[in-house]
Amino acid sequence: MSPAELQSKTAHPVLAIENLVTEIRSVRGLIRPVDGVSMSFPAGKIVGVVGESGSGKSMTAFSIMQLFPTSAARVAGGRVLLGETDLIGRSPEQMRAIRGSRIGMIFQDPTSFLNPVLTIGRQIEQQLEAHRWTGGPPAGDRGQSYANRVSELLTSVGLPRDVSTRYPHQLSGGQCQRVGIASALACDPDLIIADEPTTALDVTIQAQILRLMMRLQRERAVALMLITHDLGVVAEVCDYVYVMYAGRIVEEGDVRSLFAAPQHPYTRALMSGVLSLTGTGNIGFAVPGSVPDLAAPPSGCRFHPRCPHAMPRCSQEAPPLFDRPSGRSACWLHDEATP
Amino acid sequence: MPNRGDKTLGRFALGRLVNSIPLVLGVIVVNFLLVSFAPGDPVTALIGDFPAPPEYVERVREQFGLDQPVHERLVRYVVNVARGDLGFSFANRLPVLDLVLERLGRTLVLMIVTVTFATTVGVALGVMAARKPHSAADAAATGIALAGYSIPVFWLGQILVIVFAVWLGLFPAGGMRSVRVTYTGLAALLDRARHMVLPMFALSFRYIAITTRLTRSSLLEVMNSDYILAARARGISERRVLWEHGLRAAALPIITVIGYSFAFIVAGSALVETVFGWPGVGRLMYDSIFTRDYPVMLGILLVVSLSVIVVNLLTDIAYALFDPRVRY
Repeated sequence: MSPAELQSKTAHPVLAIENLVTEIRSVRGLIRPVDGVSMSFPAGKIVGVVGESGSGKSMTAFSIMQLFPTSAARVAGGRVLLGETDLIGRSPEQMRAIRGSRIGMIFQDPTSFLNPVLTIGRQIEQQLEAHRWTGGPPAGDRGQSYANRVSELLTSVGLPRDVSTRYPHQLSGGQCQRVGIASALACDPDLIIADEPTTALDVTIQAQILRLMMRLQRERAVALMLITHDLGVVAEVCDYVYVMYAGRIVEEGDVRSLFAAPQHPYTRALMSGVLSLTGTGNIGFAVPGSVPDLAAPPSGCRFHPRCPHAMPRCSQEAPPLFDRPSGRSACWLHDEATP
Repeated sequence: MPNRGDKTLGRFALGRLVNSIPLVLGVIVVNFLLVSFAPGDPVTALIGDFPAPPEYVERVREQFGLDQPVHERLVRYVVNVARGDLGFSFANRLPVLDLVLERLGRTLVLMIVTVTFATTVGVALGVMAARKPHSAADAAATGIALAGYSIPVFWLGQILVIVFAVWLGLFPAGGMRSVRVTYTGLAALLDRARHMVLPMFALSFRYIAITTRLTRSSLLEVMNSDYILAARARGISERRVLWEHGLRAAALPIITVIGYSFAFIVAGSALVETVFGWPGVGRLMYDSIFTRDYPVMLGILLVVSLSVIVVNLLTDIAYALFDPRVRY
């Protein structure tokens, strides 16, 4: 890709979501794991989405794809803009044509996300066939066979070519995740969604996979949505970060300034958790309490039951995202009207 | 060709066959003893109720070697079987091997058609059910499966005869071919096929039920797995996700059950062959029990147990072909 092309690709967000609402029908009523979330993914940037499990970060990713692990889930409102077009309300066939082609996805547990009875090569070839991959522009590569493309992809993620004839159980977790990355890149997507791509891997492999993803993302100037609960990873690789809590964004901003001066009490609690856990190799969350039950979320600000700064107002009204020097933060502490 | 990097299929199959020799030997001995100690006397059965002079009875007994002690007869039998001699049928006045093999061929034709039909219909119904769980199609498939489980095969056979042969006259009530007219070529084949429809259906119903239920549950489980989600995320079409990703992975338990239910189909064929007058091994078994035709009974038991061993081996091979994780 030429520098000029790179430049034009980075100008606009390749994908943006606006006020996205996703609902799941459950025996305990309708729950909203994603409740009015807006995000933007510029080309060539890595955007981190952090939060505890149950914060809605994975569901946001599935909502973008309009593909859910359960048939009880559906997007109930908002827009998903891929370039100029809204993906919400597209036909199943139109969405199928976008998945795996314009948007690639990398999953958490690489071994369970590959079909055990099909060879690696077959699984990627199927994807190329499904999108009638032609080598993309320029048209000179059109004659390239799918098998060649598979070899090329495997080589680019640092795997030997003969991996294409092997089955997933013959590969290690790290190798499987490399296959996952190759598959996500197969049709030159605009956006790659990586849902906790290193969580299931050994610590030593985690760094390798992260570096590989960063290198490939930079080479291709693709937008990367990196979902993680690991703040260390965010600080290391991301350009921009969204912090989610109970289905909403509580804070967002440029990684450097956000880490330098976290605004939201939740983010601050997370950061202090990071500090206290540094050196153990397991950078997790140490915010006392747990994520609220989404079937009956707390009124007002959803963090207020766990918040050290909670005020009467917090349980009555949900705070909007206030502009802050580092980005935006949804907390009444930032409101000038607050006494 | 996908590489697997272990022993070859041929060596695996040979090893399995060699390992089954003691099993077959055990089958022979146990069957022989069971039959020997069973009540009833073949000589009486052979001669009939007509009062015969004791000397004659003694001569017949001697002629068939039945006057010798059990252990001597057993040893002689095992040696003969090892030589490929299964003895001589008292009742049919034919070598047992020829008789059983002739009948076995007919039973195998019926069984192969039955298994093919039952598997095709069962898998189709199972897929239909699993595609949209709790839909009308699912309810219909599950209902058919429930009926298949509940209806006894001999009763179903008789109902089929009454409805389709007696009332509607669509299919012949029994036998393997028309006796009055001698067909040749294609017409003969069609005639046989017409005779096969009712017994095949009677024998299939239960296996349709088993295959339907198994396909449904296996496919439902597979379709909820992570790699199906991942295949969809790659933009693979729903049809391909179902047939190539889903069914291929779901096929493993189905293959196992089809293979292992083979023995039960043999047992079922005895009933069905009797109801429909199909001159197969099941019918022969039935007849040989009534005539106390021990060598035939033993021969059938031996051949059936051998075929179960072979089918289980074929099942394991099929399993390994479908699942790359299985090692020989």
